[in-house]
Amino acid sequence: MKILVPIKRTLDAYIKVRVHIDNSGVDLSNAKMAMNPFCEIALEEAVRLKEKGVASEVIAVSIGGDKVGDQLRTALALGADRSIHIKADDDLESLNIAKLLKSVVEREAPGLVILGKQAIDSDNNQVGQMLAALCGYPQATFASRVEMKDNLVEVTREVDSGEQVLELTLPAIITADLRLNEPRYAKLPDIMKAKKKPVDTLTPDELGVTLRSHLTIESVSEPAPRKPGIRVHSASELVEKLRNEAKVLP
Amino acid sequence: MKALVIAEHDNKTLNPATRSLVTAALQLADTVDVLVMGADCNPVAQSAAKTNGVAKVLLADNPACKHQLAEALTPAVLQVATGYSAILAASSTTGKNLLPRVAALLDVAQLSEVVRIEDKDTFTRPIYAGNALARVRSADPVKVITIRASSFEEAAVDGNAVIEPIAVSAVQQMSRFVSENLNNSARPQLEAAKTVVSGGRGLGSAENFALVENLADRLGAAIGASRAAVDAGYVGNELQVGQTGKIVAPDLYIAVGISGAIQHLAGMKESRIIVAINKDPEAPIFQVADYGLVGDLFEILPELEKLLA
Ligand SMILES: Cc1cc2nc3c(=O)[nH]c(=O)nc-3n(C[C@H](O)[C@H](O)[C@H](O)COP(=O)(O)OP(=O)(O)OC[C@H]3O[C@@H](n4cnc5c(N)ncnc54)[C@H](O)[C@@H]3O)c2cc1C
Ligand SMILES: Nc1ncnc2c1ncn2[C@@H]1O[C@H](COP(=O)(O)O)[C@@H](O)[C@H]1O
Repeated sequence: MKILVPIKRTLDAYIKVRVHIDNSGVDLSNAKMAMNPFCEIALEEAVRLKEKGVASEVIAVSIGGDKVGDQLRTALALGADRSIHIKADDDLESLNIAKLLKSVVEREAPGLVILGKQAIDSDNNQVGQMLAALCGYPQATFASRVEMKDNLVEVTREVDSGEQVLELTLPAIITADLRLNEPRYAKLPDIMKAKKKPVDTLTPDELGVTLRSHLTIESVSEPAPRKPGIRVHSASELVEKLRNEAKVLP
Repeated sequence: MKALVIAEHDNKTLNPATRSLVTAALQLADTVDVLVMGADCNPVAQSAAKTNGVAKVLLADNPACKHQLAEALTPAVLQVATGYSAILAASSTTGKNLLPRVAALLDVAQLSEVVRIEDKDTFTRPIYAGNALARVRSADPVKVITIRASSFEEAAVDGNAVIEPIAVSAVQQMSRFVSENLNNSARPQLEAAKTVVSGGRGLGSAENFALVENLADRLGAAIGASRAAVDAGYVGNELQVGQTGKIVAPDLYIAVGISGAIQHLAGMKESRIIVAINKDPEAPIFQVADYGLVGDLFEILPELEKLLA
């Protein structure tokens, strides 16, 4: 069974976000970029399934400009067997991403597609569900445990009220939540070996997908800052302020 | 213009987030219908019908809809979607699971976590963990959006809408519910609570987390946690506040032993009053706190408990 892992290049999770002063977008020039953290988790799960002998091949795929090659090489160093770079703009809408991925699914026929649950830049949380819809596959979003059982996969999902366990027929779509696993770090020999692993490039045309824009970002602004607070020096001063100044305690 | 609101519920009670969705929907359309999909969920439809501003409640009562699985609900939504110019759900795990699936089959985009409706085509939503706000215009004939309930007032409960049962063919064999492990705490629900006390790694252990629970009980508050506290097993995942947990905006949020990483702030910085208790005077949580108290939580929490007795 093949596992396909879509990977997005995003701003590093620990870098401060700067909005352009003309409100045209977020300033990414010279910013540290990385693999979206949820994609790291998705990839780790796929690699572990291969190490357990459940999967035969792990294929990483990323859609974007030339720079996504960096994250695909990281994916290869972390255990993906080969990778596909679909050349397109960096900020395609989710539906276009899902259409491109569907076309890759048709070519590769993976048993599982494991995606991140959300990209930490757009915070969309959409592509996995859209891909499942377009392929007519079942989906388990927000996965915190994945277990293969013959022709089924059992997934524990983190839902608002606690946890839910589902069983999906294959092929299926899974999106990874934070607690699914702890991704490994790439080791130097693996980084060297990754350089020899194949990276195919494809275009939306070659995949037979016509991209269509539905949304226009009119402006991006910084949220209004909170007004500066004060320091209190004791528990009793805190309670007094909450009662008499903020009036949030009886 | 007509809008369809997808009710959030557990087959027994209507989640109040649904009433916030109705408020949002009324900014987009003059007729708002609510779709209740579930099993043996008539009380939910009754409650939805009382929401002010609702024209009609569509009730799809079908055993296949019991666990709100997206594969079962999507055909039901598509069956009734014709004629609506907007379809809204809460940005809950159920709404986020379902709506992109619906949008893809309608061949339209989906807008996530909308916090403001500018006009019928233009929406504001946070990106980058709330560090930026994007104003987005949609060219789609049908807007499919999840709404951040805490950003919209709940509609009043003095309506009297008609309930129209609908038959849906929701049978599906692709996914099957196996089991669930739900939090049955008697405390207020995290998303709806007026006061939230959250604990972080600073608590040090699941046993010590009782300090947070005791303070919460004194205040009639809900309990929240940082990711580090959940990862360490102090509390369940359903209590995580942040970019990838729950988004809360209570009147009072008390962060105890939480450093204030941007991913945590994303989930609570819209709270009206924020209190931070942390022994590190440099902790970033103090930058958003209205009242900061530097000190050892193991001394401060018992004191607070006494003061509030
Ligand atoms: C993609 C991604 C998504 C994430 N999503 C979330 C999310 O949704 N929610 C979330 O919370 N995090 C999230 N995180 C994690 C986040 O980056 C932080 O790691 C996490 O919030 C830290 O939790 P903490 O503040 O409890 O722990 P720490 O950062 O370790 O802070 C502990 C604090 O406790 C204080 N302390 C220790 N002992 C005491 C004492 N005795 N008295 C008083 N204070 C004390 C310390 O000074 C310190 O400030 C995410 C990270 C990533 C990469
Ligand atoms: N440009 C992209 N290339 C490859 N995968 C992507 C891309 N954008 C999103 N994805 C995948 O979809 C997941 C969810 O993203 P989103 O729905 O945009 O929040 C990500 O974690 C990736 O697995």
